[in-house]
Amino acid sequence: MSSNLGSMPLRYRISIDREQCMECGRCVENCPYGVFRWDGERILINSRKCTACHRCIAYCPRDAIMLQEHPCDYRSHPVWTRGVRESIYNQARTGKIILAGMGSVANLPIIFDQLMLDACQVTTPPTDPLREPVELRTYLGKKPSKLEFRQKPNGDVELSTELTPNLMLETPIMLGHMSYGAISLNAHVAMARAARETGTYMGTGEGGLHPGLYPYQDRMIVQVASGRFGVNVDYLERGAAIELKLGQGAKPGIGGHLTGEKVSADVSRTRMIPQGSDAISPAPHHDIYGIEDLPQLVNSVKEATERKKPVFAKIAAVNNNAENVAAVARSGVDAIAIDGFRGGTGAAPRVFRDHVGIPIEVAISTADQELRNQGLRNEVSLIACGSIRESTDVVKAIALGADAVYIGTAALAAMGCRVCGNCYQGLCSWGIATQRPDLVARLDPDVASKQIANLIHAWTLEITELMGAAGINSIESLRGNRDRLRGYMLDEGLLDILDVKSVGA
Amino acid sequence: MAKQVTIDAKGMHYTPLNQQIRKAIEDGIDEIVVDNVLGQRFIGNGLRGNTIIRVNGVAGGDLAMFMSGPTVIVSGNAEHAPGNTMDSGKVVIHGSAGDAVAHSMRGGKVFVRGDIGYRGGIHMKQYETQRPILVVGGSAQTFLGEYMAGGLLLVLGLDGVMKAREIGSGIHGGEIVIRGDVDEACLAAGAKKLPLTDEDRARIAPVIREFAADFGLDPEPLVNADYTRIVPASARPFAGKYTWE
Repeated sequence: MSSNLGSMPLRYRISIDREQCMECGRCVENCPYGVFRWDGERILINSRKCTACHRCIAYCPRDAIMLQEHPCDYRSHPVWTRGVRESIYNQARTGKIILAGMGSVANLPIIFDQLMLDACQVTTPPTDPLREPVELRTYLGKKPSKLEFRQKPNGDVELSTELTPNLMLETPIMLGHMSYGAISLNAHVAMARAARETGTYMGTGEGGLHPGLYPYQDRMIVQVASGRFGVNVDYLERGAAIELKLGQGAKPGIGGHLTGEKVSADVSRTRMIPQGSDAISPAPHHDIYGIEDLPQLVNSVKEATERKKPVFAKIAAVNNNAENVAAVARSGVDAIAIDGFRGGTGAAPRVFRDHVGIPIEVAISTADQELRNQGLRNEVSLIACGSIRESTDVVKAIALGADAVYIGTAALAAMGCRVCGNCYQGLCSWGIATQRPDLVARLDPDVASKQIANLIHAWTLEITELMGAAGINSIESLRGNRDRLRGYMLDEGLLDILDVKSVGA
Repeated sequence: MAKQVTIDAKGMHYTPLNQQIRKAIEDGIDEIVVDNVLGQRFIGNGLRGNTIIRVNGVAGGDLAMFMSGPTVIVSGNAEHAPGNTMDSGKVVIHGSAGDAVAHSMRGGKVFVRGDIGYRGGIHMKQYETQRPILVVGGSAQTFLGEYMAGGLLLVLGLDGVMKAREIGSGIHGGEIVIRGDVDEACLAAGAKKLPLTDEDRARIAPVIREFAADFGLDPEPLVNADYTRIVPASARPFAGKYTWE
């Protein structure tokens, strides 16, 4: 059935500076969306197909291509924004739920940007990281509440407290869970190599473990989500740690599904489902219908792996975050990843992406406070995720109480992703969010892994400098150290929730 | 000669119990008898091989979860989710079992002589030669075969009326076969009824015979009975729900 709405105004307009263009055709070759095509000697443009992935711009040898967003204005209106109007046109035409890629586009203030970091001046001197070590090594997992020792007959003292397994990170930055299927094998391999090179870990997401990643399994955190795709005892044993995915910041409270089109032969093998079938992850784990069921799943995974591996749980940051975190901490997990409302995704309903959940800054701070109040902070490590964009976000998240962070979109961007948000089309021109072999081949894992490692290395250096400037020589002294943060133009209620003072105080 | 060992689980926590079972398998024991089981969870969890584990008593939650090979025979009832995310092997329960039996099961067989609780066979899935089978002798409760993505779920209704409603909500693969007729009103959106063909009957007959042999039942009346077959109305239950930004 047709509509009377006609076509929407162009989202992007692509133009070619014909004086610069040398008709090399790289744009035609590089654009998987079909924006460019040959018409005899001339390159024609169909701007309507453009996603702003920038592949053509990045690979044009003459800088001849230009992109303009929203080339056609609507009547400006502060209430009936372009997004609101276009959603209505879409739903008036289709009658369906709107899905969108990547994280929230809601134009809300970012708390991280309104938290200022401290530095030493005359009353206490800064630490010079060139001269004095600044220790970033981080251990994730349970820490004993007390240590007991026994004396051996020869007088030596040894530890008698039994320690539980921890993960050792050389830097508090991990690569978050993005499944094989959502992203390509080359992207996964690049992340795995970068994790190994930088002494950190990466998440598999809910897509099983491709044999191509077995050489890096000691750097993988294998995920068990509600669909249980690719999960068997072999998978659990391969991982360095196991993460139970209970929620996702981009779409709290709902499940997800990988459409049959993306379930290629290889993806079907790792997910252990037939090729071309939808992979549906239900909203809840159907063996967890109440908080008393969570310890059962946690302990089941631990028993299956002989209690040799840390077990993490990932939850979305929502209103009663502190209670959720305390409940999960009591279930026996070793670490809790909290995913803020700006967390990324391959696809989420637009209304969830932009309206459900709370910011990671608030969630991590309230979690840390609640765990300390309940005497549980040593029982779990906290991992902050959901829009960690730069090294200062890492430092601020740790000062608010996190032990480490997961990065997702930032790692994709390090491989070339321009955050165009069209992951769901499966045509990613950078070879990241696609399974099409010719596109996947564009991403060289050797090159991409170096880029991710460079990013982690650069952030690590910046964190070291920031800590040194604040006179902090170990990550433990930064963790939960809200006194080294000040809120700039944050309201009193929020400062109180964060337990952070205002600038000037 | 088959090597057998007996473990007395009386008053024992599940972790040392499971360590003893694992040790017995490592020692090459063929049959492990566990006596006085009273709700210990995770028995058979993540185990490989082809050992037989006889559980005398009531097995706790997540019996045989992630199990890959062994056979677990329970003389009594089993709690929540036996056969959860199981890979291969067999679970035989002479009593009844709780909710979410065979949850996300990927292969092997779970046979329950009595009844099962809610969400039986939820999200069972199959891949190539791996095809999970859940057979229930008695009745199943509501949301039977929810989100089912593969495998066979067979309910024989030996002890009276089948109680399940909302059968097969979100089913997108596999088949649910129920002895007797099933009221259309008991089917959830996304599921549809089909008559059982001769080919279908030939396919399920060996499963019925194996079940009957395990529990000392006469198989032929069951093999020849009337059945209702419930399958997905679509392999893409959510295909029509979404549009793109």
